[in-house]
Amino acid sequence: MAKLTDLTIAQSLDGLKKKEFSATELNTAYIEAMENGRSYNAYVMETPEKALEQAKVSDERYQNGTARALEGIPLGIKDLFCTKGIRTTACSHILDGFVPPYESTVTSNLLNAGASFLGKLNMDEFAMGGSNETSYYGPAVNPWKAKNDDRPLVAGGSSGGSAAAVAANLCAGALGTDTGGSIRQPSAYCGVAGIKPTYGRCSRYGIIAFASSLDQAGPVAKDVRDCALLLKTMSGHDAKDATSADIAVPDFEAFLGQDIKGLKVGIPREYKVDGMNPEVVKYWEKGTEMLKARGAEIVDISLPHTKYALAVYYIIAPAEASSNLARYDGVRYGLRVDGEHLDEMYVNTRTEGFGKEVKRRIMIGTYVLSAGYYDAYYLKAQKVRRLIRDDFHRAFEKCDIILTPTTPTPAFPIGDKSMQENPLTMWLNDVFTVSVNLAGLPAMSLPVGLSESGLPLGLQLIGKAFDEGTIFKTASALEEDAAFKGAK
Amino acid sequence: MAAMIIETENNKWEVICGLEIHCQIISESKMYSGASTEFGAEPNTHVSFVDAAMPGMLPVLNEQCVRQAVKTGLGLNAKINKYSEFSRKNYFYADLPQGYQITQFQHPIVGEGYVDITLEDGTARRIGIERLHIEQDAGKSIHDIDPCMSFIDLNRSGVGLMEIVTKPDFRSPEEAGEFLKKLRSIVRYLGTCDGNMDEGSMRCDVNVSVRKIGEGGYRTRTEMKNVNSMRFVMQAIENEAKRHVEVYETGGEIEQETRQFDPSTGKSKVMRKKEFAHDYRYFPEPDLLPLMLSDEYIDGIKKDMVELPDAKRERFVRDLGITEYDARILCENREVADFFETAAKGRDAKKVANWMMGDFFAMLNKNALRISESPISPENLGMLVDLIAKEVISGKIAKDVFEIMSETGEAPDKIVEEKGLKQVTDTGAIEAIVDEVIASSPENVASYKAGKANLLGWFVGQVIKKSQGKANPAIVNKLLSEKLAK
Amino acid sequence: MTISAEDVKKVAFLSRLKIEEDKVAATEEEFNKILNWIDELNEVDTNGVEPLASVNENFIALRRDEVTDGNIQEEILQNAPLKEYGYFAVPKVVE
Repeated sequence: MAKLTDLTIAQSLDGLKKKEFSATELNTAYIEAMENGRSYNAYVMETPEKALEQAKVSDERYQNGTARALEGIPLGIKDLFCTKGIRTTACSHILDGFVPPYESTVTSNLLNAGASFLGKLNMDEFAMGGSNETSYYGPAVNPWKAKNDDRPLVAGGSSGGSAAAVAANLCAGALGTDTGGSIRQPSAYCGVAGIKPTYGRCSRYGIIAFASSLDQAGPVAKDVRDCALLLKTMSGHDAKDATSADIAVPDFEAFLGQDIKGLKVGIPREYKVDGMNPEVVKYWEKGTEMLKARGAEIVDISLPHTKYALAVYYIIAPAEASSNLARYDGVRYGLRVDGEHLDEMYVNTRTEGFGKEVKRRIMIGTYVLSAGYYDAYYLKAQKVRRLIRDDFHRAFEKCDIILTPTTPTPAFPIGDKSMQENPLTMWLNDVFTVSVNLAGLPAMSLPVGLSESGLPLGLQLIGKAFDEGTIFKTASALEEDAAFKGAK
Repeated sequence: MAAMIIETENNKWEVICGLEIHCQIISESKMYSGASTEFGAEPNTHVSFVDAAMPGMLPVLNEQCVRQAVKTGLGLNAKINKYSEFSRKNYFYADLPQGYQITQFQHPIVGEGYVDITLEDGTARRIGIERLHIEQDAGKSIHDIDPCMSFIDLNRSGVGLMEIVTKPDFRSPEEAGEFLKKLRSIVRYLGTCDGNMDEGSMRCDVNVSVRKIGEGGYRTRTEMKNVNSMRFVMQAIENEAKRHVEVYETGGEIEQETRQFDPSTGKSKVMRKKEFAHDYRYFPEPDLLPLMLSDEYIDGIKKDMVELPDAKRERFVRDLGITEYDARILCENREVADFFETAAKGRDAKKVANWMMGDFFAMLNKNALRISESPISPENLGMLVDLIAKEVISGKIAKDVFEIMSETGEAPDKIVEEKGLKQVTDTGAIEAIVDEVIASSPENVASYKAGKANLLGWFVGQVIKKSQGKANPAIVNKLLSEKLAK
Repeated sequence: MTISAEDVKKVAFLSRLKIEEDKVAATEEEFNKILNWIDELNEVDTNGVEPLASVNENFIALRRDEVTDGNIQEEILQNAPLKEYGYFAVPKVVE
């Protein structure tokens, strides 16, 4: 028999139901893997006792026939989710020692479905970053390595710990959040599947806010089916989040394997950027061919404002963040660096508590909202945001789903000079993912193959609002045809 | 007195003033959380994770706060905006845990309206309302417990507020004072705010500028924050206007700034200069979607509206025949108006109004009672007026009965009965006393007959006195005139 | 648009972040690079376009006015770096 940690969530549930192994055995196997996999720096907080405690309850439930949807499944949780009684820091120094006395709605949904939590996963500080290198706890390490190159690679960001942990089988599945690509980009870099659902699908209650109008929770998992299983449990209307959508959650798993014959797949011409990595182009074309072979109709579409999406994103996200992060002032929780008087304490605490990238974005955000610049930057960005969303609306009159690459390149080495020196270079990695957040649409990244250097590449499927079903249907077809083999 | 004019050697200056009033909304729970709004609890007990701005917490809007704002808007004759939006106002402050206040900026829930006021001399003025928007209150910091530390209590954090902004329509401190009185009366009638300035449930920011008579446009204004009584508001306007004039007259310029009013001196001092401190960076609150009110919702509130002081006053004058002045006083407070209406029901309302404006208010004042605590019920006050009208007791005896009523709370008919205060209208009985008085004062009878006609009053007084006030004065008068003429 | 050293200081002040005097110039340069790049938005004709604040086109749902929360002083204060007598304690506030 394969190792327990090799199993997907669906396979694990099957085994648990058939009593081939117990939840305690499954959790123990992952705890061991987690402890042996510390070199990946995927976890910033391990909670094996909690997982085992939960597993014990799960075993009883399997015994007495009251097992729930995810009974006994060990998950890793991005450190952006507030977890009751478990330290939560958003991987920032400023939240040192913060133990939430409350549980986020999404994690609470998972606990209520019987899942257990192995620990808190590494991420870019406050989810600001694309390589997990802005984490106060250092970068998560990609389980993949390039051929003939021993340099450790980034796991991507901001949900780098989530993608690395899933790829290295350090958890059965993980929670991520996605503000500009933070689930999809690391999923692509680490060769796993991840979906950002429609804005409003998952409650944001208890998720530490980065950019409120863009943030969405989503799963990172070993395959498409696991994503469907996790998302189903995570989703749903929540009265505690005014922006959560009061829309029924379909059984996403039911879409898997459905026929895609006649499905109209849009290929946006603006995503074919000059000087694009030819391997990325190759897999994009390959993916297109696979869908075509199954009877899908390929449609040329245009998303004319695509090239402005990054600029819009880097106005709106920092603006919201500058306000969302004002509450970290050393008064009620986290780090305090004293001062002579209150205002000095604020400055000392924030200056020491926030990392470089976070400070950069707070200041950019403050600037674009400040008197005299609001119209030129923030208001302008909001207008272009509408144009970007309208582009998608128009495109979806011609197609049912959109296929693009997830990232312009495979994972790069940790500490890459060009990325460190110019923040813009790093930001450009989000080029294919940010428009989706600006438009509030659902999108999934799934691995389809390896680059010449042996690193995973992902394709992105973008769906209509609240039509994750079509994404799952299409993704399961692509997954089957691509037959991607995981890292471990 | 309409406008306040400051005259100097060379110029006449007029005062321009606008007010921003923060009214604490009456609701059970806070604007964005389910924590209680109750006053006076232990520190940080009426606080939820939302109010303490814990990471990941989100605001959820309280329907009652919306309803109260619409109600108040209707009471201010204002346009209710079906579409409104929430914005964040960003600034760091000890009492503001989020580092921003959720307020309304470009699209407030209530637009333009007006309030009519009447000044002491009867002049009517209409004060324009610019807008009303809803926002959250901040917490409190306490600075006097420890010499080096401040303490923060978030019990008030997140309580709903209505900010009412007037147009710069005030031309004198008196107008501002009258307006605040009227506004307080309106919100109390509506039950949307308890209007207590001294407890901080109604707080006032005062904007003042001056200009020469005949000058167009406005000059630079200064703002005084949190002036917490009507008297102080009037004082603040007067002193600040005088300060402006003095600065201008000595060749200086007024700078736009926020000032702090000091109640002990009546003067204000600079708090912060505008250009330095604040850049609020308003932007749409991404955690709250826009608010859309349906016609049915607004109509439902309209249907539930109580009669407001102006309408009540007009009705009292028109239907009950009381004077404009009395009506204004009686309508200032809803309980007073209700008391009056009950007391006046089915009898001469003017007489009831006289009693209330006179002895009744004096009694409440003397004993520092609120109308709800009055020992005299409106029904009993009405009955007292009836007893006089039916000549069961005289007006003079009525005063004594009122006195007893205010001590015991008993019904006047019972008091009259028990104390035997019924007016004597039996001519025979009165005649006997008249005869007795005439017989015992021969000198005065002689003087009267010699032409000192005004002595009649003295005789009447003696008879009433001997009857212990119970003799009907009209009969006494008649009998005396007849007998003395013989 | 370009950002000045003065702007950088103002933004740092509004953000309650300290920038050492010798870092101002570098920050200014970095911000200008970013803002130059953002300026490409000026190419887009947005005449008559309504700003989009939220992709969620619904309106807000309202909560019933009931006391459902509070009386959790211990949890509210449990993470505070310093607390006294049920209050959050902070260095003296100076106006």
